[in-house]
Amino acid sequence: MRSGWRNNERIRYLMTTSWTRKDLLGLRELSADEINFILQTADAFKQVGDREIKKVPSLRGKTLVNFFVEPSTRTRTSFELAALRLSADVINISATTSSLTKGETLKDTARNLEALRADILVLRHSSAGAPQFLANRLKASVINAGDGAHEHPTQALLDLYTIRQKRGNVTGLRVAIVGDILFSRVARSNIFGLLKLGARVTLVGPSTLVPREFEKLGVEISHKIEDALPQADVVNLLRIQHERQRREYFPGIGEYIRLFGLTKERAKLLKPDCLIMHPGPINRGVEIDSEVADGVHSVILDQVTNGLAVRMAVLYLCGGIAA
Amino acid sequence: MKQAKQKTSAAAAPIMDAEAIRRALQRIAHEIIERNPRLTHVVLAGIPSRGVEIAQRIAAFIHAVEKINIETGVIDVAMHRDDVGTRSELPIVRESKLPLPLEERTLIVVDDVLYTGRTVRAAMDAISSFGRPARIQLAVLIDRGHRELPIRPDYVGKNLPTSGGEKVQVQLQETDHEPDAVWLEKQ
Repeated sequence: MRSGWRNNERIRYLMTTSWTRKDLLGLRELSADEINFILQTADAFKQVGDREIKKVPSLRGKTLVNFFVEPSTRTRTSFELAALRLSADVINISATTSSLTKGETLKDTARNLEALRADILVLRHSSAGAPQFLANRLKASVINAGDGAHEHPTQALLDLYTIRQKRGNVTGLRVAIVGDILFSRVARSNIFGLLKLGARVTLVGPSTLVPREFEKLGVEISHKIEDALPQADVVNLLRIQHERQRREYFPGIGEYIRLFGLTKERAKLLKPDCLIMHPGPINRGVEIDSEVADGVHSVILDQVTNGLAVRMAVLYLCGGIAA
Repeated sequence: MKQAKQKTSAAAAPIMDAEAIRRALQRIAHEIIERNPRLTHVVLAGIPSRGVEIAQRIAAFIHAVEKINIETGVIDVAMHRDDVGTRSELPIVRESKLPLPLEERTLIVVDDVLYTGRTVRAAMDAISSFGRPARIQLAVLIDRGHRELPIRPDYVGKNLPTSGGEKVQVQLQETDHEPDAVWLEKQ
């Protein structure tokens, strides 16, 4: 088009892929086209946040249940705000306020939610596969907000969105994922998504947390952070998950910081345009130094803002499909 | 109207050619100039994807006459539609782009075909979330009738009486990679 339409904007404009899934369970089963379609839809919803009235009627009359069996503040509030901006009605149920503590099974709880005519169920659960289990049994859309050490698809989507926003493209970039890979659903979803979009992935951490088996997925493995940092276009730091780390995966926090923490000294190894990402909540002084978390490379707060747009896109796409 | 272009079938009758479309849009440009003494306050907001192209063309015609660069924008209606959840395929949502603030401005919504009026209602809904323009007007290349809402166009390229079963196909070089034309397809 004339007057100022850049070419890639034009191409994006003419996209024709469409969306047919009622659920979002993981990135493993999505195609690169489907992932790009979500990211493109998120572009449109990101703009809604800049409007005077930050609300659209897309999901008016739909009921969304935020069902968080594991604690979470940022993911839950992000989903809640995303749903409110789409005009859905939202109820929040957490493990302590649900009847799970009274011995009700997951399936019975979910069937009760469906009897209330919930249209979308956002589920955070400690067991891998719980969202799949419910998706197979419920008419409602099921969105996985993190299941055990399996997947956390919306986190990976917002990471991909942020990389694409800052670097224009994901293809060909080198991404280092550092830390507790073994227990990390964020790492798994990121690996699937990044590889599908053509990035090169290096996992960095102690051999206890980054076992060689991961190489089968098509990633490289490094046990020395100094080797990975100078080549990286993106460094995604994962939180050390104290709650899943019973013991002996590494000698101690001091040891971890000494070997794998992104200290301000190590940050000097980074390329000038390298992005530092973190899914939060960050442990300042453990996996990342305060100066680095707040420094020029950090896009940690952009991730939070983008998460809202990505979740609006996911809710719109899955929740907007005719049942 | 909004579907991806299909091959025009043998039953399709040509309604407008490139020259007729050019003249219709040029006439709309003149009418906009006549009706809006404060042209610098006018914004042409196209509904994707052909409405956006038509808005650009009208702006170019206005510039040719008045030497004024009319602001243009994109108003996406997908997330404001009232039929989400009833379709097996979702409309693609795109980014809206409007010059802000809208207050004091006359916003002219531009689309290729006016039919039920539901798209225009959704566009007005979308516009109101950006602010409160002084007035909203509507320009369409084709008005094919069959309104389901109390909406009327201010500028019309061509009034085309149709039956419900017929389909109006607008193709534009920039959006469809085919020469400009309007066809009426019988069912």
